[in-house]
Amino acid sequence: MDTQETAQKKIQTAKAAKDLAQMNDIHPMDDFIRMDRMPHIWCPGCGIGIAVTAFAAALEKAQIDLNKVSIVSGIGCTGRVAGYVKLDSFHTTHGRPIAYATGIQVANPDMKVVVFSGDGDLIAIGGNHFIHAARRNINMLVVCVNNFIYAMTGGQVAPTTPLAAYATTSPFGCVEPPFNIPYIADSAGAVYVARWTTLHVRRLMNAMTEGLQKNGFSVVEAISPCAMYYSRINRLGDGLDMMNFYHDNVEIRHGEDTKNLDIGFQTKIICGKFVDRERPTYMERYSQWSEAAKGAKR
Amino acid sequence: MKADPKGVLTGTHELTGNEACAEGAFAAGCRFLGLYPIVPSVEISERYLERAPEIGATFIQMEDEVSALAAVLGASWTGKRSMTVTSGSGLSLMMEHLGLGIMLETPCVIVDVQSMGPGLGLPTRASQGDVMQARWGSHGDYEVIALAPSSPQEMFDYTIKAFNFSERYRIPAVVLSDAYIARLKEKVVIPAANKIELEPRRYYNGAPGTYLPYKRDKDYVPRMVDIGKGYRFHVTGLTHDDRGYPIMFEECQEYNVHPLMWKIRKYVDDIVEFQESQIDDADVVVVAYGVTARAAHSAVEKARAAGVKAGVLKLTTVWPFPEKRIATLAKKAKAFVVPEMNFGQIVSEVERCSYGEANVFFVAHGDTGIEDPENILSAIQEASRTQKVQSGVVEYRGA
Repeated sequence: MDTQETAQKKIQTAKAAKDLAQMNDIHPMDDFIRMDRMPHIWCPGCGIGIAVTAFAAALEKAQIDLNKVSIVSGIGCTGRVAGYVKLDSFHTTHGRPIAYATGIQVANPDMKVVVFSGDGDLIAIGGNHFIHAARRNINMLVVCVNNFIYAMTGGQVAPTTPLAAYATTSPFGCVEPPFNIPYIADSAGAVYVARWTTLHVRRLMNAMTEGLQKNGFSVVEAISPCAMYYSRINRLGDGLDMMNFYHDNVEIRHGEDTKNLDIGFQTKIICGKFVDRERPTYMERYSQWSEAAKGAKR
Repeated sequence: MKADPKGVLTGTHELTGNEACAEGAFAAGCRFLGLYPIVPSVEISERYLERAPEIGATFIQMEDEVSALAAVLGASWTGKRSMTVTSGSGLSLMMEHLGLGIMLETPCVIVDVQSMGPGLGLPTRASQGDVMQARWGSHGDYEVIALAPSSPQEMFDYTIKAFNFSERYRIPAVVLSDAYIARLKEKVVIPAANKIELEPRRYYNGAPGTYLPYKRDKDYVPRMVDIGKGYRFHVTGLTHDDRGYPIMFEECQEYNVHPLMWKIRKYVDDIVEFQESQIDDADVVVVAYGVTARAAHSAVEKARAAGVKAGVLKLTTVWPFPEKRIATLAKKAKAFVVPEMNFGQIVSEVERCSYGEANVFFVAHGDTGIEDPENILSAIQEASRTQKVQSGVVEYRGA
């Protein structure tokens, strides 16, 4: 009896020691982040890391089996996200992650597919894939980190660059009106559309959670500071100054008509959840049709 | 691995080349089609879609050829054999993802029903103008496997072959059909499922957490896993290491990209296929592929009847090109005659591989319609009259 108790105690002590060691060694996101790839490439003041943290928390909150999530990124700063998260992850061509993810979703509808990419990738070169996936209502969460600029290539004008903002390819100020991402997503048929900045970590995380749980094409726009290019070229200070700007200029208006969500140069940014509706997904319609077509003579 | 009987339409049928291609894909176990409609390849998709529900195959019509092949690559990683079909400018648009497929080493099949270019060209008429594009169309260094069928039966057979090559070497394989084979209706014999041999995908079976997506076997081909199986791997189109992580050093470029070549180049003899007829005593060897091979055979029959010793080397695999065989034949034969429905693509390969040891006569055909056997015959006759000397390509355009 005595020896058994001693043994039990020993085991408990060993377990406590192990737990302690784990507390020191293991980061809470170890199961989610590829620690062997740290440090990441993002600049000081960048908001992409915050978006990834929010996403990790969202996956946990949504209680999704991580083995059944596949993440696809395109090219650019945000395009690197797929490489840092420990999921079945694909780093694909510029602008095509939605097309690639569509193939995964249609070929294996059990997978929860996430596309994590930037505004240039998803809305410029990938704009066509974006609207068509929304129209088909492919079951996927699209996280679009919008930093108003092509950052990886050194600060060129993007389809989201506010009118009059400077970029290396808009030396006299941007002359093109920008896209309003929630409005495109809404009009093309997305079932969930939200916009937050990387200052609103908790709300961003909640939006991603809802997007993950939603059956259909969900879009979460995450406005993020680009301290290295957008802020520097436009003399807006560093990442923290941008965060302060968000703090002072974000207005939360849930259910706002997506028409009214344009972002101007240093104007008010309207955030919130704008669309949350139900539509049959592509695979729902597809399996219905496929069942009906079986044995039908045409 | 034997074919799944569910997808095999065993029996003797009257099928067009396009229909035979769809049947070949089903027989090869293809269960995902990403498509974008383009003439003259649409009938492949239509046949596929019609039969997909009963077979349990999935498809999606994407918004362009770029996304069609992107979806195919994504689908392939779920473990489904996947393909796309296209023509003309569609193949040009697919070059981006041909490159990604090469880099991610993703098995898939691209069926290209060649039509006349350049630009929008003459989409309803056949050509063989995409042969070099299939080989060199995407940027960077890589190898491809491409097959050229010349009949609906071969359309069926070569589609299966293409899937087998793509799985064996983890590479996108191209079937170079053309508008005439696509519409030609002939007898197609589809064997029983247990008579169709399929190359199984080579999976990694170790524990999750131990998988390295680009750790190569001895034959330079890495093993695959399906997504959703708990391996939680990463792959990237950037130059990468065994883990699939991007590494931006030139050493890694060598480490990563060179094996993409070796896995094909070192096994060329296993891949290259051709069919020879009346080659043994031939003074003149006609090198032909695709629909032109039919005209070549007819021309050679006529030449033999006229007493000219001619033979045909018909390419099954256009890429990799049978370099060694051409070099051997160049030593024996007086001349090669190369008829093509373009202004000279494979002919430069024949000339390159003959190392100046045989004359090379090129029969260009840039018009609509199939090559006239008479043109090839005249070229054979002229070639048979030449001395065995070293020279460049002689362009021969008939009388």
